[in-house]
Amino acid sequence: MPYEKFRILESTGVPLEIENVDTDQIIPARFLKATERIDFDKNLFRDWRYNQDNSLKKDFVLNDKNYSGKILVAGKNFGSGSSREHAVWAIYDYGFRCVISSFFADIFKNNCLNIGVLPVQISADFLELIFNSIKKNPNVNLKVNLIEQEVSISDFSQIEKFEINPYKKENMMNGFDDIDYLLNMKSEIKNFAAKRPF
Amino acid sequence: MNKKTLFDKIWDSHVVRKIDNGPDVLFIDRHLIHEVTSPVAFLGLKKRNLNVMYPNLTFATADHNTPTINQHLPIKDPLSAKQLQTLQDNTKKHDIVFWGLGHKKNGIVHVIGPESGITLPGTTIVCGDSHTSTHGAFGAIAFGIGTSEVEMVLTTQCIMQPKPKTMRINIDGELGDSVTPKDVALFIISKLSTSGATGYFVEYSGNVFSKMSMEGRMTVCNLSIEMGARGGLISPDKKTIEYVKNREYTPKGQNLSRAIEYWSKLHTDEGAVFDKEYNFNSSDIEPMVTFGTNPGMGISISGKIPNVDSEKGNSSSYLKSLKYMGYKIGDKMLGKRIDYVFLGSCTNGRIEDFRTFSKITKGFKKANDVVAWLVPGSHRVLDQIKSEGILEELESSGFKVREPGCSACLAMNDDKIPPGKYVISTSNRNFEGRQGPGARTILASPAVAAAASITGKITDPRKL
Repeated sequence: MPYEKFRILESTGVPLEIENVDTDQIIPARFLKATERIDFDKNLFRDWRYNQDNSLKKDFVLNDKNYSGKILVAGKNFGSGSSREHAVWAIYDYGFRCVISSFFADIFKNNCLNIGVLPVQISADFLELIFNSIKKNPNVNLKVNLIEQEVSISDFSQIEKFEINPYKKENMMNGFDDIDYLLNMKSEIKNFAAKRPF
Repeated sequence: MNKKTLFDKIWDSHVVRKIDNGPDVLFIDRHLIHEVTSPVAFLGLKKRNLNVMYPNLTFATADHNTPTINQHLPIKDPLSAKQLQTLQDNTKKHDIVFWGLGHKKNGIVHVIGPESGITLPGTTIVCGDSHTSTHGAFGAIAFGIGTSEVEMVLTTQCIMQPKPKTMRINIDGELGDSVTPKDVALFIISKLSTSGATGYFVEYSGNVFSKMSMEGRMTVCNLSIEMGARGGLISPDKKTIEYVKNREYTPKGQNLSRAIEYWSKLHTDEGAVFDKEYNFNSSDIEPMVTFGTNPGMGISISGKIPNVDSEKGNSSSYLKSLKYMGYKIGDKMLGKRIDYVFLGSCTNGRIEDFRTFSKITKGFKKANDVVAWLVPGSHRVLDQIKSEGILEELESSGFKVREPGCSACLAMNDDKIPPGKYVISTSNRNFEGRQGPGARTILASPAVAAAASITGKITDPRKL
């Protein structure tokens, strides 16, 4: 599905200072029953965000009015577990365009790149610096520059580079997905398929 | 000559096109789909007005969101009913084989693939489910994908993937009494952590794995994702070929002979180099249990909950995890209360798992205050449970066997463990709320689950 182009994003960040956040936390399985991509944002971090009586959990960061923005900053090994793309849909539809962490799970990272959420992997030290900066001043701006592959914290002029596959970078910058690419090589695929033994 | 790993051989033979500085375009031999991660992919096809390129290479089952009792009755939850109906409609429209609820070939996607001969050595297999790694037991490259990728495979039979790095895990020697493939996997994950193999594809090597049954190998490969690996695989051998031949979708006649010739040569070349290699001792592996909220938080059943290991993670996440479980550092796991027992899932829902479980419970009665959900992985497994007399034995010990499905592994249907309750589960994830909001999961083997179902406590099956 086409998505909004990503070049430079400047925004405040929401600090989720927890490690090994798995996709069951991002969106529990019981909210995967829809047959369309609709309303997943409502159940983003459902069991951390709401009590069982549907009231808000005051101590969860998404419910803390001090924090807002288009960038989710999370502890290491973010997105482990299930392959559910619904987790990334929930993040995107909630309004996040970028997740910053010191480590991402594989399938989650792929899913992000396929639907227009930029996963930015930085060093553990820089992540800690970002957490501390946000906690000190929730209004501090983070700047994610995909063109230059750089993340910076505005009021500290601290910068770190990040890696991204050049092909995926091109896609993100233009809002393309892989299907267009694959559809353009169908005859090549057909020739290949004809030679498969089983 | 260039020495290659098994993984490299299979991967390289499936690359349709290499993109400079980009991912590989990888051809997919077998695509499995289910009701939860496919509807939006089919919607994508509809929006773009595209067809399924090779409908005969995709197979569908209903498993994640299905009830495990009274499957013959209409589904009560309208959302679940709609999701199942949508899969039925989509597969009918696109001419895809569909084994829906009640069908004799229905079951958990990773159980029925091998049962039907869809899973073959040397192939690439994907599914919108992270436990697709299971099929690696046959010497296949099998891994989970997201819904966007499901759409790609439906329309082009390809996905675009950067080639993972390779890792080999070697374990030689004998396994002790009541030490099962599940314990081997939980042991490895406890050593590597849940992210220790991220970015890698793992080959399991050594006689511990070659001596394992195909079911055991499936359990090990299934859990590869729990240490972050995209998948794991084991070189095909005589046992593999014996298992796959004569199944519905396995090549027949001359094609089979040619296939066997090819499969027999599918192994890592001597001297091939892996990006990372680990060696473990089989004698260090005991029956395992988890004590926290990720599968890496596992210890041997007689162990105590360890202190925070600062190299593995920060203390606040570790303590948050213990708080959720209601446990403390230094607690012994033996003797801890169990309210529920879950035998099933794509990890441990096969016939061998039911054999192991019933062998231990035979002659005992289920503890009165324990609720046990025994859920076979497929109708074929259920039939075998009946024909081998396992059902009778289980019933005489006070157990009931439910109908096939993913069930309490992800608790998408009604099989939810209540808040605060402890479940010993043969499934694959002990994440917060995974088996129901507030549920507390202890992952273990069918043998350990069986012992707990008799005593209502974590119990060493060797001492029952």
